[in-house]
Amino acid sequence: MLSPLMIGLYVFVLAIFLGFELITKVPPTLHTPLMSGANAISGITLVGALSCATTGETTLANVLGALAVALATINVVGGFLVTNRMLQMFGKKR
Amino acid sequence: MLNTLLQLGYLLAACMFILGIRKLSKVRSARQGNQFAAAAMLLAVVITLVDLGNIDYRWILGGLAVGTAVGVFAAVRVQMTGMPELVAMFNGFGGAASALVALSIFFRTMGTQTGATVDVAAAMGGSHIAVAGVLSLVVGSITFTGSLIAFLKLNGSVRGNHFVFAGRNAVNGLLLLGTLAAGAAVVFVPLAPDVTIMVFSAALVVALIVGITGTSPIGGADMPVVISLLNSLSGVAASMAGFAVDNHLLIIAGSLVGASGLILTQIMCKAMNRTLGAVLFKSFGGSADSGRDGYENVKEASAEEVAMMMDDISTLVVVPGYGLAVAQAQHTTRELANLLEAKGISVRYAIHPVAGRMPGHMNVLLAEADVPYEQLVEMDNINGDFKTTDMVMVLGANDVVNPAALDEPDSPIYGMPILNVHEARQVVVVKRSLSPGFAGIANRLFDNDNTIMVFGDAKKVLQDLVSEVKNA
Repeated sequence: MLSPLMIGLYVFVLAIFLGFELITKVPPTLHTPLMSGANAISGITLVGALSCATTGETTLANVLGALAVALATINVVGGFLVTNRMLQMFGKKR
Repeated sequence: MLNTLLQLGYLLAACMFILGIRKLSKVRSARQGNQFAAAAMLLAVVITLVDLGNIDYRWILGGLAVGTAVGVFAAVRVQMTGMPELVAMFNGFGGAASALVALSIFFRTMGTQTGATVDVAAAMGGSHIAVAGVLSLVVGSITFTGSLIAFLKLNGSVRGNHFVFAGRNAVNGLLLLGTLAAGAAVVFVPLAPDVTIMVFSAALVVALIVGITGTSPIGGADMPVVISLLNSLSGVAASMAGFAVDNHLLIIAGSLVGASGLILTQIMCKAMNRTLGAVLFKSFGGSADSGRDGYENVKEASAEEVAMMMDDISTLVVVPGYGLAVAQAQHTTRELANLLEAKGISVRYAIHPVAGRMPGHMNVLLAEADVPYEQLVEMDNINGDFKTTDMVMVLGANDVVNPAALDEPDSPIYGMPILNVHEARQVVVVKRSLSPGFAGIANRLFDNDNTIMVFGDAKKVLQDLVSEVKNA
């Protein structure tokens, strides 16, 4: 039986290889949207942040969690929106 | 039962992220890919909220509302020329969020401790969780301040490179070791609660400083490398946060981003013929003595004269650079191209991989001005065509068209792949002055017999050209 840590490590390492395979041949045209889209995905830390802001009390842990939620949400919402805006321009009819 | 369903939901979200990223790497499907990823994120958030169950949602909703408002505002308002800054800023927020997650977990754990000494590893549920928390804190903090410096440099608030001194790599190395050592002490050495908090805070502060001192010496044309690397780090930080909160979706999404950022970093380094180590640890250029200071054969022309030359050409290749972005001349460029195309002249754009301040910067800029992306040609695909090109117009680019990279072994840019514009029949360089580019060296191209210079702001010169061509 694998420990949770080992399972996590397997997932981590395999996902890195997967990431390399997925993106090796990205055309330069898409470098900026890819980066900004990937950036929005890194806002997934929002999921971790949500579970840190779970009480109504003003404890330090809770406030830090809420701040994390806010910053991660900026990253996620802003990132996906601005990527969409860019890609819209690429697809425009001429 | 519910838990299994929720876990399957996370798995679905992970698959959607993977599909999204794959689609993002092809022009045709990129927009759909982005929407996939956004949907995956929404799914993940909903699952998490369901999973949290009956809790007080006020702080969460507050955070979500503020974040959404700021994110939407920034994304809708930004100009395409401001894209590098915005990406840097968002990136920094992502890193900060990962660091804050680690901080929050830490302080929650400390709140439950009543003994004389604290065994952080045991209190967090295992040393690996505590180690991941520390790494999330350190990497996230470095990403945050590093991106902040990148943001300030890109929007011009911070000019030039700072913290450049002989022993700076040793100092930065020691700082990094220091923050990791402090983190290790928190995890593995049982200390009194207040001492634990102090050491942990020290790890945070030093990590924030490393982000500043590590990025401050780097600037200018090296920015694409730095931004790509910070992008990668924000993914790594999210992955580490995933280990800390034991959520595989965070681990997967984070490492996908980490890998994609690293690939971009590699591509950028290769396009400059420099190693990542050289970008991060060595100062570059700035020594005008390595090139020829004076120019001997510079010929100047006016917009009117260039417009007359354009009467006799059938092919034009435009080489955009950072100067084009600064002058916000992309729309005027497109206007001129439209006029020339109406006269039967073929117009294409040669894009150097590191032109601008972030990967793909020029492509976004020109796409904003409705330039069809088929006309944007990558360096390797257009370099063979310059010999048969009637005219090349260099707009605010410098080092990427310097032939010294090809045949002057003692030049700092020797070996860097360049656009071979000097092979074209006629080269027109639009530039504000003869000042050197990022590499700090003279550009021999400007001395060539087939090169003429038009001095002035790119937008102004192009506007003059547009009216001349219209009147001709």
